[in-house]
This record gives sequence, structure tokens and C-alpha cells, in this order.
Amino acid sequence: MSVELRESGFDPWQALLDYQQSRPALNGTSGASFGATSVFVGTMRDFNEGDTVSAMRLEHYPAMTRKHLEAICAEAAQRWDIVDSLIIHRYGDIRPHDPIVLVAVWSAHRAESFPACRYLIEELKSRAPFWKQETTDDSTRWVEHNTPG
Amino acid sequence: MSIEVKFFASLRERIGRSEHRLEAGDATTAAEVWRLATGAQDMPPNTLVAINMEYASADAPVKDGDEVAFFPPVTGGCR
Repeated sequence: MSVELRESGFDPWQALLDYQQSRPALNGTSGASFGATSVFVGTMRDFNEGDTVSAMRLEHYPAMTRKHLEAICAEAAQRWDIVDSLIIHRYGDIRPHDPIVLVAVWSAHRAESFPACRYLIEELKSRAPFWKQETTDDSTRWVEHNTPG
Repeated sequence: MSIEVKFFASLRERIGRSEHRLEAGDATTAAEVWRLATGAQDMPPNTLVAINMEYASADAPVKDGDEVAFFPPVTGGCR
């Protein structure tokens, strides 16, 4: 399992490919134990609560964020029989259409990968210390609550 | 030794700084840490507390060397 926090932009599909190729359990060099890959990519919208949003700054508490993302991955590995998991999350300045988060889970069957992937993103949103500050036409404001799933 | 206090996001702006250091022994709970570090400002009702990077209640005990953080509800992931 792997957690990465990055300030620079990233291509989630390339990151997924790079990660999969770097891991023996995922790149075919140590068998083919997974048959399912579930992926979630979160991307910045250009609207929120009825307003146009032109930019966003994502603040985080680095050590606590990493600690909790790693804990969430470990919990998913205990609850479901998964081969591997990956979380990549941006922080800093983000523009509409930028990918913000990538969550991926590999498992033998989709019955494990789908719920585990969902668990990772939902727990991330409710527990990992990130805060969004968005710029609208009129103001800069802190987002005080998450949108429903 | 001392207690390291951190504020994030809207609370950081409200308090006017991101970090504060308290002498150990001055505070025995997270709520007392808040009172001493903020000059007894009111704590917003939705404030979250973390002690050594684990979520805690405001009346949780603190000790020498702890890192105590205060922040608003978290809003990670996509949007």
C-alpha cells in the first residue's frame, strides 16, 4: 500500500500505470494474483454551492494527513482481502479540471475492490485533515463541509 | 519541554498565527491549551482537536511534549 501527498499536478492514469509497473504483485513478475482494479479519481469542479469557482487552495496538516491516510489503507486491508492500495492526494494551489485525488485498490475479485475503494475515499473525506479555500467571482472562502457522496 | 500548539485553515486566520508554544504545566487539557494559546477567545462550536495527530475531545488531557492542533471540519477529496 502506498500514500503520496504532492503539491504539483499529476496525471492519475499515468500515476496508476507507473505504480502498477513498479510493484511485483501488480506487474506480473510474481504471478497474477489480482483480477480486479477499482479506481476513483476526484477532479476539481468549476462550481460549488451555486457559485463559479475559479481556483482553490488545499491546506493540510502534513504529518497527521499522512498518518491517517496510512491508517485508512491499513483498515481497508484488514476488512477486505486486497492485494494492494494506492492513494495520491494533491495539496496547495489547484485549478478547475485538475485531478485532486486518486484512490486505487487491487484484489482478486471486484467484491473486494469496489467496497474497499469506496471505503478509502469516504474515510479520507471525513478523517484526513485537508481544508479547501475556494476563490469565487466575489470572494475567497473556506469550504465548511463536504458535498454528499 | 513544552506543548506545541497548531492552528489550521479558518482557525489559523481567526487566531492570526499557525503555531504557538506553551510551557508545560500551564495547561492540563486541550481546552486549557486553547484558552492560553488564544488569549481566552471563544472556541467555535465545530472546532476539531487533535493531540499528537489523533482526534481527541476538548477535555482530553495533555502532557509535556504533546502537539495539540485545532482546526475546522475537514474537507478533503474531490470537489
